[in-house]
Amino acid sequence: MFKKLIPHPILSVMLIIIWLLLNNDFSVGQMVLGAILGVVIPIITTGFWPDQVDAQKPWLWVKFFGVVIYDIIAANILVARWILGRSQTLRPAFMELTIELTSPLAISILASTISLTPGTVSCSLSADKRRLLIHSLHVENISIALVQMHERYQKPLLEMIK
Amino acid sequence: MLNIALVLGFILVSGACFLSLVRLLIGPDLPDRILALDTLYVNSIALLILFGITEGSTLYFESALLIAVMGFVGTLALSKYLLRGDIME
Amino acid sequence: MSGFMEVVISLLIIIGAIFTLLGSLSLLKLPDFFMRLHGPTKASTLGTGAILVASALYFSLTKGEISVHEILITVFLFITAPVSAYMLAKAALHLKLKQQAQTQGQTLSQQEGEG
Repeated sequence: MFKKLIPHPILSVMLIIIWLLLNNDFSVGQMVLGAILGVVIPIITTGFWPDQVDAQKPWLWVKFFGVVIYDIIAANILVARWILGRSQTLRPAFMELTIELTSPLAISILASTISLTPGTVSCSLSADKRRLLIHSLHVENISIALVQMHERYQKPLLEMIK
Repeated sequence: MLNIALVLGFILVSGACFLSLVRLLIGPDLPDRILALDTLYVNSIALLILFGITEGSTLYFESALLIAVMGFVGTLALSKYLLRGDIME
Repeated sequence: MSGFMEVVISLLIIIGAIFTLLGSLSLLKLPDFFMRLHGPTKASTLGTGAILVASALYFSLTKGEISVHEILITVFLFITAPVSAYMLAKAALHLKLKQQAQTQGQTLSQQEGEG
């Protein structure tokens, strides 16, 4: 019964939050309206959400987002310094990260994180979803950079989404 | 204090808009121009929000949200066109 | 509004504007497309995010009621910027745009362009 009425609990909660933010109004009336939308929209759009997201260990999610936000700010200061410096001294590189994740959501979170953090942009995912091509603005040692990315982002994601 | 910050903000963000416009005009390739357009709409969101603060009105929020949504869709459609020569498949 | 919060808001606006300018500066200054891609995806997104947070703080403090809908645009920009960058990079690889001579691992990008 509960599963039928609320097939995607996380989506429902997100919809309520977005509704309240859009209206910029946290009164009870808006919350009821948001709750109705949060129940109705997932039911209507069930066809668009084939697989259930299986998020695990909420504490790890909080820690992961903390690390990502810190890295975004650090990345910006670093990139700012590279931009202001002489561009001839930069050593750009293409590199390939081996992906161990299987869930499409996990892969897209990993690719987005890589794009937002220190000097790297994810460029292309191979057709078999096993290799991610990454462009880096400045890198001294490619293999060390790849290991760092794996340790910092891919390892927690492996545990977070099963 | 806030007034000075707002004026400075306007000057810096307008400068950013101008630099993106130069890149939009000189190219040299199509992806460069699309990237410049993408940057230009992000900058214009910043300008609109700054203007909202000076006017003390939250009305500009809606237009900023619309620009964010339409700009993203535009960038995706244009790069998809470059990638496949066709927007819908 | 207290003097302290005014300083915080002003700083957020100025820092945000500086990052936005840096993003566009890198767009103009760097030599090849893949390097130019870095500025707008990171600096411009964070800069605009900082200005949006300043706006949320300002309206929450002056109007006396919580105003957080700016957070919505900030989150939206942070989710969409990597996607735009990914699509643009993919298009650029497909078109085989010129890369800087000192770029490492160019064979990898050529393979990707074929596929």
